[in-house]
Amino acid sequence: MSMAINLLLWIVVGILMLIAAMRSRVVLSEGLRNGGGEVLRLLPRIAIGVVGAGFIAEALPKALIAPWIGPESGLSGVAVSIVAGALTPGGPVVGFAIAAAALKSGAGAPQVVAYSTAWALYAIHRLVLWEMPMMPARLVWLRASVSLPLPFIAAGLAMALGKP
Amino acid sequence: MSTATIAVVAFSAAAYVYARDGWDHFRTILISDAVMLLDMLPKVLGGCLIGAFVTLLLPREKVARWVGHESGMSGLMIATAFGFVLPGGPVTAFPVAGAFLLVGADAGAVVAFITSWTLIGHARTLIWELPFMGPDFVMWRLLAALPLPILAGLLARAVLRAGLARAP
Repeated sequence: MSMAINLLLWIVVGILMLIAAMRSRVVLSEGLRNGGGEVLRLLPRIAIGVVGAGFIAEALPKALIAPWIGPESGLSGVAVSIVAGALTPGGPVVGFAIAAAALKSGAGAPQVVAYSTAWALYAIHRLVLWEMPMMPARLVWLRASVSLPLPFIAAGLAMALGKP
Repeated sequence: MSTATIAVVAFSAAAYVYARDGWDHFRTILISDAVMLLDMLPKVLGGCLIGAFVTLLLPREKVARWVGHESGMSGLMIATAFGFVLPGGPVTAFPVAGAFLLVGADAGAVVAFITSWTLIGHARTLIWELPFMGPDFVMWRLLAALPLPILAGLLARAVLRAGLARAP
């Protein structure tokens, strides 16, 4: 899986670089510079998050995790995860570190899907800080309210698809 | 709460694990996470390069006009596809969504676009989700999330048609 993704990804990168080079050398070098700069900027944060999530998972009391959001927790575990997702503040490092730590310390995979879907769709912090100032208020409310059932549906579909 | 908070929590957790389980266990966890990170590194780099080139090459105004003129199911599908392709964070995505409205896209298409960008957007998935969650989990979650942007768009249209909310 990992190799197949790499192959596909780098074919796409190659095609985009070719198109950029056909436009001009400036576009090509600007793309390479911007993309490379982005990696250097993000890598320390990703590294702290990924390695940190491993230790956080190890330090968490597993006996406490399972009854709340474990694989056997079912719909109530999904609901707990969704509320946690909506209440998670901060950017991607925070949300993904929590999701990864939960998964490693015994949370059920559909429950983690519910958490990350709710967090992506309607983390209250993000709605207020980012979406409200940039979008018409009516659209924000409309989007957030039709999104309410989506994490349940995502968890349900994930269960129907079987374990990853 | 930010990376700094996570760093403090992670450091405390690492110290606790070291004190409780000793060096061998500490090293096992460290190595397994570092290996996962290294394995995902080429994907993060690929994701960043794709994002940078798409930003330079994609005619955003043209796509916005395209989404604006399409209605029905095809409007939702184009909006979903565009959400998948568009790189960048909220500073990029929300102004694009606002531009959709300006050129006449319906609220359903805008909702489908934002939902797609947050749930299946390639940048978020490649750069952030893969290193944290690993490829198996990510592919599985993506599969489950695939129908959701269209569904959100249809729900938004239904809510507006039923008069439960007013169009933005």
